[in-house]
Amino acid sequence: MAKKLMKGAEAIGEAAIRAGCRHYFGYPITPQSEIAEYLSRRMPEVGGVFLQAESEVAASNMLFGAAATGTRVMTSSSSPGISLMAEAFSYMVGAEVPAVVVNAMRGGPGLGGILPSQSDYFQATKANGHGDVHFIVLAPASLQESVEHVMMAFPLAEKYRNPVMIVADGLVVQMMESVDFDIVETTDPPDVEDWAATGTKGRRERNLVKSLFLDPLGLEEHNRKLRRKYDEMEENEVRYEEVLIEDDTKLVAVAYGTTSRVVRSVVEELRGEGYPVGLFRPITLYPFAYDRLREISKRDSVKGFMSIEMSTGQMIYDVRLAVQDLKPVGFFGRQGGIIPTPDDVRKAMLQELEKLGG
Amino acid sequence: MVTIFTRPDSMFDTPTHYCPGCTHGVAHRLVAEVIDELGIKDKTVGVAPVGCAVLIYNYMNTDFVEGSHGRAPASATGIKRSRPDLVVYTYQGDGDLASIGAAEIVHAANRGEKITVVFINNAIYGMTGGQMAPTTLPGQKTTTSPKGRDVNHIGYPIRMAELLATLKTPGYIVRSSLHDPYHIAMAKKAIKQAFIYQLEGKAFSMVELLSTCPTNWGMTPYQATQWLKENMLQYYPLGVFKTPEDE
Ligand SMILES: Cc1ncc(C[n+]2csc(CCOP(=O)(O)OP(=O)(O)O)c2C)c(N)n1
Ligand code: SF4
Repeated sequence: MAKKLMKGAEAIGEAAIRAGCRHYFGYPITPQSEIAEYLSRRMPEVGGVFLQAESEVAASNMLFGAAATGTRVMTSSSSPGISLMAEAFSYMVGAEVPAVVVNAMRGGPGLGGILPSQSDYFQATKANGHGDVHFIVLAPASLQESVEHVMMAFPLAEKYRNPVMIVADGLVVQMMESVDFDIVETTDPPDVEDWAATGTKGRRERNLVKSLFLDPLGLEEHNRKLRRKYDEMEENEVRYEEVLIEDDTKLVAVAYGTTSRVVRSVVEELRGEGYPVGLFRPITLYPFAYDRLREISKRDSVKGFMSIEMSTGQMIYDVRLAVQDLKPVGFFGRQGGIIPTPDDVRKAMLQELEKLGG
Repeated sequence: MVTIFTRPDSMFDTPTHYCPGCTHGVAHRLVAEVIDELGIKDKTVGVAPVGCAVLIYNYMNTDFVEGSHGRAPASATGIKRSRPDLVVYTYQGDGDLASIGAAEIVHAANRGEKITVVFINNAIYGMTGGQMAPTTLPGQKTTTSPKGRDVNHIGYPIRMAELLATLKTPGYIVRSSLHDPYHIAMAKKAIKQAFIYQLEGKAFSMVELLSTCPTNWGMTPYQATQWLKENMLQYYPLGVFKTPEDE
């Protein structure tokens, strides 16, 4: 298929449909209500279900119910709504059901603002709910990548029987770019008869989808089983991109999502002028590319890192965890929904470079 | 020999964890009998509450999903909307349904979800040790209303059946009681009708069942049924509040 110029929210909605998702539950919140609006039109056209819930609490518990039947299902929201969904997210991880969640992050805390932000990094990577909970978290930097992430999120969620979150900041959801849906292969949903609540049909023992384990040893065993899945994710699902990290690179900027687009342009420009800088772009925020970053940090040429984020500094903790005390990790960030300009980033990176001795 | 009374096929042959005289067991049995009689065991999915009945799936031999506290109607919505061929019911206590889950039950009813809700009103929080529920009667002593429910402080008990019956969306809304064999038989009729409406794809249904919690009421099982009869029946009148055929 030819490329198609689309608005972010619509491309994300369409990607879900192309991936075989026929059920969407959600509640309006800026800047991603257009995903719901698009799917309210599209779902009936393909025989699917769009349902506007009374709240994000309800939407996420509907998501849980549909997921418990093994149905491909998605919800989307933005930061304050994601906080309300954390309850169901935790139950879903505990009950081991697959689902896809899109968070178009906006500035916080509280009601914050409606402009793009990356300040839910901690929540997405470390605290999508109470208990020992992890989602695979994908951070697209373009619309094309958003489409790919949505489409691969369903089979990923099914593979691990665990929700997958796509953190697209408000900019990705609101912008227009050309996308190609045919790049990603679609898959058939797997057989779910061994675990899902689909009615026994007289053919099998009944299935239980639950997260309660009153016996502490039983719960411990369950926690360890989930941990083994997280280990597998950490083993198999780490994704990242390296831009101009070469033998002579001194300063490695680390940035994801919208921020990485700005940083990429600055890195390319600075390289052109002969400055030894590169960009490391995490694509999965969980699992995080600790090992690869650590390898890079061991290079003699590399003198330091710099986390660049639309927050007051969240991913920087993971960068530091990777680099440990081998090399210094600087920070530059904008908050409040302000996207750092190339000028901002350029200045910050040159300053950092100077600190590292030119 | 002819067997005239036995365990419903939809129940496991296992003792329950409920306290002596607790009516949760009675309500479970009624639901199981109805599921048997309608022949829907193989396509039924229950949604368990958070409350004493969270372990209902240990007793009911059908597929089950364990919801979060109060959200069973939302999860049931997700199940039914993705698999309309399934028979979906929730089983919820009064803390679960009328307090933390008040929004979920109202909106599930208002959307006319084709699900069945079995609502156990025992005027108290059983599982957490006898705290006040939104259904606790005026003056009733609980661990968080030690001097009795003060309606000036916390308002009057919520009558959920009446409240849901005000919705314009068609529904089947009934209140029954489990305090004696006659009323238990009436309750079963209501539960069966509720499932039939779902099978016919007609309406949302909720059967509220006045129930006992002897343990947290601090009574013997007999005293508890008497207390229900003498106190709850007055505040919570029994009856059919709404049918899909209304209007
Ligand atoms: C989010 C959340 N809040 C509080 C609780 C604690 N809790 C468990 S059961 C319950 C109330 C149960 O009372 P009810 O619904 O009346 O059921 P019963 O036990 O009386 O059958 C509460 C408050 C919980 N599990 N989850
Ligand atoms: S605490 Fe009350 S509601 Fe719970 S099992 Fe005991 S009697 Fe029943």
